[in-house]
Amino acid sequence: MTPEQRFQEIVDAEDKIEPTDWMPDAYRQTLIRQIAQHAHSEIIGMQPEGSWIGRAPSLHRKAILMAKVQDEAGHGLYLYSAAETLGVRRDELQELLHQGKHKYSSIFNYPTLNWADIGTIGWLVDGAAITNQVMLTRCSYGPYARGMVRICKEESFHQRQGYELLMRLCQGTPEQKALAQDALDRWWWPSLMMFGPHDTESTHTEQSMAWKIKRVSNDELRQQFVDMTVPQADYLGLRIPDPELRWNEERGHHDFGEIDWDEFWAVVKGDGPLNRERIAHKAEAWREGEWVREAALAHAEKQAARGAA
Amino acid sequence: MTYEVPVAPGESGEIETSVEVAGGTWQMWEVFVRARRGVSHVHIGSLHAPDSETALQNARDVYTRRGEGVSVWVVPSSEIRSLEPDEAADYYEANEKVYRAATAYDIPDEVGKM
Repeated sequence: MTPEQRFQEIVDAEDKIEPTDWMPDAYRQTLIRQIAQHAHSEIIGMQPEGSWIGRAPSLHRKAILMAKVQDEAGHGLYLYSAAETLGVRRDELQELLHQGKHKYSSIFNYPTLNWADIGTIGWLVDGAAITNQVMLTRCSYGPYARGMVRICKEESFHQRQGYELLMRLCQGTPEQKALAQDALDRWWWPSLMMFGPHDTESTHTEQSMAWKIKRVSNDELRQQFVDMTVPQADYLGLRIPDPELRWNEERGHHDFGEIDWDEFWAVVKGDGPLNRERIAHKAEAWREGEWVREAALAHAEKQAARGAA
Repeated sequence: MTYEVPVAPGESGEIETSVEVAGGTWQMWEVFVRARRGVSHVHIGSLHAPDSETALQNARDVYTRRGEGVSVWVVPSSEIRSLEPDEAADYYEANEKVYRAATAYDIPDEVGKM
């Protein structure tokens, strides 16, 4: 049996591939790309919400938001840790992000304009993330799948706090409810875009499916998400901004309108509302922390030298 | 898809995975957490830190934000010696020694549960 056959046998048996196992180069590269982009997304994802910590309307909401943003940092770190098992280094991946050579999810290139955006991100963006990440807990690469199990547990808190925040706004004054509707109007389509291009347009899907890195197609996940979200919007009394959205009895699913693919590709290519600002902010924060990292290292070296003496 | 970025038409799906980084780097530590009393520490992931004290603090923040552990170990990753995959084969392929298994011995039912 060749190493490649042995590898595929493990994958087909729904067993996990572990770091020291032989794996095809393309499998390793696909995983590095995907896990690095996922990690970068979690880290950049701290920005849209972090910008509201100082403006949260109560101490309670501030504490929740800080816990959530801290979770996003944690998720990024679990993922860099998984990526490092594939022979890459976290500081190098991060440097590539700062240089604009690595990408992250387009959703974080949209601005958070009002307080209801924070609830909407939890409800829709984290909701879309859960749909995807639950699938990834069954991914064939052990460290990635294990990271996803931890992340999914925490995402549930993210989604529920977001929905609860919106419930409060929707049960509040007409002005508060209008904030929630405004946020939904702006975040609905970018959230659907998170699932990526149509299956017919999606490159690499077939190979990723055969390797069991990806288990469910983009369009199937997007449909799951729409079906799950529509009744939740109804409960809030909010209107989803899609005139073509309706229940299709025959299919047993909701039909919905077409994504603006020109906008989709423009944001992927770097021309979204905030692509440049997000990277600049991240790189600046890293530079500002340099003296702390250097000092900690110098302290550790001094302590070690003293211990050795 | 979600957090994986699709390849735009005209762009390459390949990404760089290595680059020169300025400045010193913090070493890598493996983190082990005892979830509750009565069970062993279990490997949970890795992190970077300049020394063991900081590694423990980081481990607490990264891996036990919701009381997931009652005890944490951190070990420098470079100190872990592991079997090479071809050495490991000798271990997991040792299953032909069936006489080591309890099920290899037929005991009559009338003897009772054994």
